[in-house]
Amino acid sequence: MTSTAGSPAVNMAIFMAFVAVTMVIVIRASRQNKTASDYYTGGRSFSGGQNGTAIAGDYLSAASFLGITGAIALTGFDGFLYSIGFLVAWLVALLLVAELLRNTGKFTMADVLAFRLKQRPVRTAAAISTLAVSFFYLLAQMAGAGGLVSLLMGVTGNVGQSLTIAVVGILMIIYVLVGGMKGTTWVQIIKAVLLIAGAALMTGWVLSKYGFNLSTLLGAAADNSPLGDKLLDPGAKYGKTTLSKIDFISLSMALVLGTAGLPHVLMRFYTVPTAKEARKSVVYAITLIGVFYLFSLVLGFGAAALVGADVIAKAPGGANSAAPLLAYELGGTLLLGFISAVAFATILAVVAGLTITASASFAHDVYANVIKKNEVSADAEVRVARIAAVVIGVFAILGGILAKDQNIAFLVALAFAVAASANLPTILYSLFWKGFTTRGALWSIYGGLISSIGLILFSPVVSGKPIPEGATKSPSMLQGVDFHWFPLDNPGLVSIPLAFFLGWLGSVTDPTKSDLTKYAEMEVRSLTGAGAEKATVSH
Amino acid sequence: MTINNNPAKVGGGGTPDPEAYLAAQRSPEFIELRKRYRGFAFPMTVAFLVWYFMFVFASVFASAWMSVPVWGNINRGLIFGLLQFVSTGLITWLYVRHANKKLDPLATEIREEMEGVS
Repeated sequence: MTSTAGSPAVNMAIFMAFVAVTMVIVIRASRQNKTASDYYTGGRSFSGGQNGTAIAGDYLSAASFLGITGAIALTGFDGFLYSIGFLVAWLVALLLVAELLRNTGKFTMADVLAFRLKQRPVRTAAAISTLAVSFFYLLAQMAGAGGLVSLLMGVTGNVGQSLTIAVVGILMIIYVLVGGMKGTTWVQIIKAVLLIAGAALMTGWVLSKYGFNLSTLLGAAADNSPLGDKLLDPGAKYGKTTLSKIDFISLSMALVLGTAGLPHVLMRFYTVPTAKEARKSVVYAITLIGVFYLFSLVLGFGAAALVGADVIAKAPGGANSAAPLLAYELGGTLLLGFISAVAFATILAVVAGLTITASASFAHDVYANVIKKNEVSADAEVRVARIAAVVIGVFAILGGILAKDQNIAFLVALAFAVAASANLPTILYSLFWKGFTTRGALWSIYGGLISSIGLILFSPVVSGKPIPEGATKSPSMLQGVDFHWFPLDNPGLVSIPLAFFLGWLGSVTDPTKSDLTKYAEMEVRSLTGAGAEKATVSH
Repeated sequence: MTINNNPAKVGGGGTPDPEAYLAAQRSPEFIELRKRYRGFAFPMTVAFLVWYFMFVFASVFASAWMSVPVWGNINRGLIFGLLQFVSTGLITWLYVRHANKKLDPLATEIREEMEGVS
């Protein structure tokens, strides 16, 4: 087998077809974009089912599809642990956040955080943390795009891969500029349908090879794995030492609490007309995401059984190539072409969602509210948002080129840890705790942000991991230096409780007490929807 | 009971004033709504987090126990993992049923009264 699989021409043709079809839809959708609400929220006119599908499209990123399948193929049960955390996390969004946020806010996460607190400092803090989380998430997706091309498109070498990252980035900027939230949402819906259909097809195919018996498939996967029966048991990746076990607890905590703090997920709840539709969105999202993770369990073990861990580990892109290689093994060139086009579409849809979120946060929170003190027309705000989208897109392209050799899972886990530390405590406190104050919010957001990023900086993922036997490079980001003192890869275990504690401490020591009139407004509005933003267009 | 002194604006749905929100927050209807919402959402959150972390802790600290096969190659760990999917689906279904029956009618009543929808 060569370093590429299948026919790059076929892969490229299917991908171009996806871009052409979605571009037509985005241009059609954009004809109705007139107001700021149209640009940021698609006029709040999507149904719960449409939005739920788009959320699944937004959430099932390259890290989910390629990363989890690869993790299960190589480490078996321990890879499965990721998908459980990613799924259970949705209950936090369903029970505590989605509907209340829809009723309280307008365009961004900061609308909710700053609702009853001092606008300018809290909005600034929320915008900084939104940009930080979105940026790490963006880097992960762009880095994934770089790794994928070498396998799927036959593009090798630094220049070729960098060019591909640039193409992905430019396409995403066009989607966002032309289509706004409505266009982005349609790209995500189409991508979610293609991704889940493709995964369903492959799952059925794999199971049919083993008489639709999961136990037989697991047996075949274990037989073909260097881990043997240990592939099916917990501990292949995280069970080695007490430290790695604690690290896994820390990661689990970030996964389960991070989702409801991801700004691009939160912003999606503003695209529906009512809180009831927001609830329906989450139900659709949970169903689709749950089904998809069940598929990925079969695909991961299927890749271990049919492709083999050695081939996967040696392929360009490593673990991330498990799903495409399985597609090639099953359906040859055509299925591989379809799955690789879906993988690209995945990256494109997720980066578009992240870009619109980050640009909305900059234009709405920083520019309109903090810099211009709300004395700015909606048109000017949207113009700034479009410029911000281009700037963020350019940064994402440059960052993606620099980060293309980095571990995708690390960058995504970092985004989840930062979201769970910097965003979630303040969201929950401001929705549910009467005594929460501006100082509490600032301490919690900045404390969570600085501690999570700081601990990662001094963790083994950045420096100081020993070079494994048979390898030439350390798994750390930096080679040849060691300044780590924090023992865990993931900071969640420390930074999440710290941010909750700081939010409480800042509030009880704040000489300015909380505004009870604003709290009444927020509480009544969040639970009843009285005074909530209405849809601006109807279908 | 009338808690709205700000008539509906054109286009449906007026914006209630701050006094109206304070009054609504103190109304027995709203106190009941909050009780029904928190009475379901808070204990359920604690329950699913405990259940999730039980699974996580068992996977790393009781991996031998989790590795015992139950049926063919399917071991306890996989069954408990799949049960996390089942419990997530179940809690989602229970919450939607609770919200449709117990929360939405009351929330709609309070909202329409405040916004002056006829």
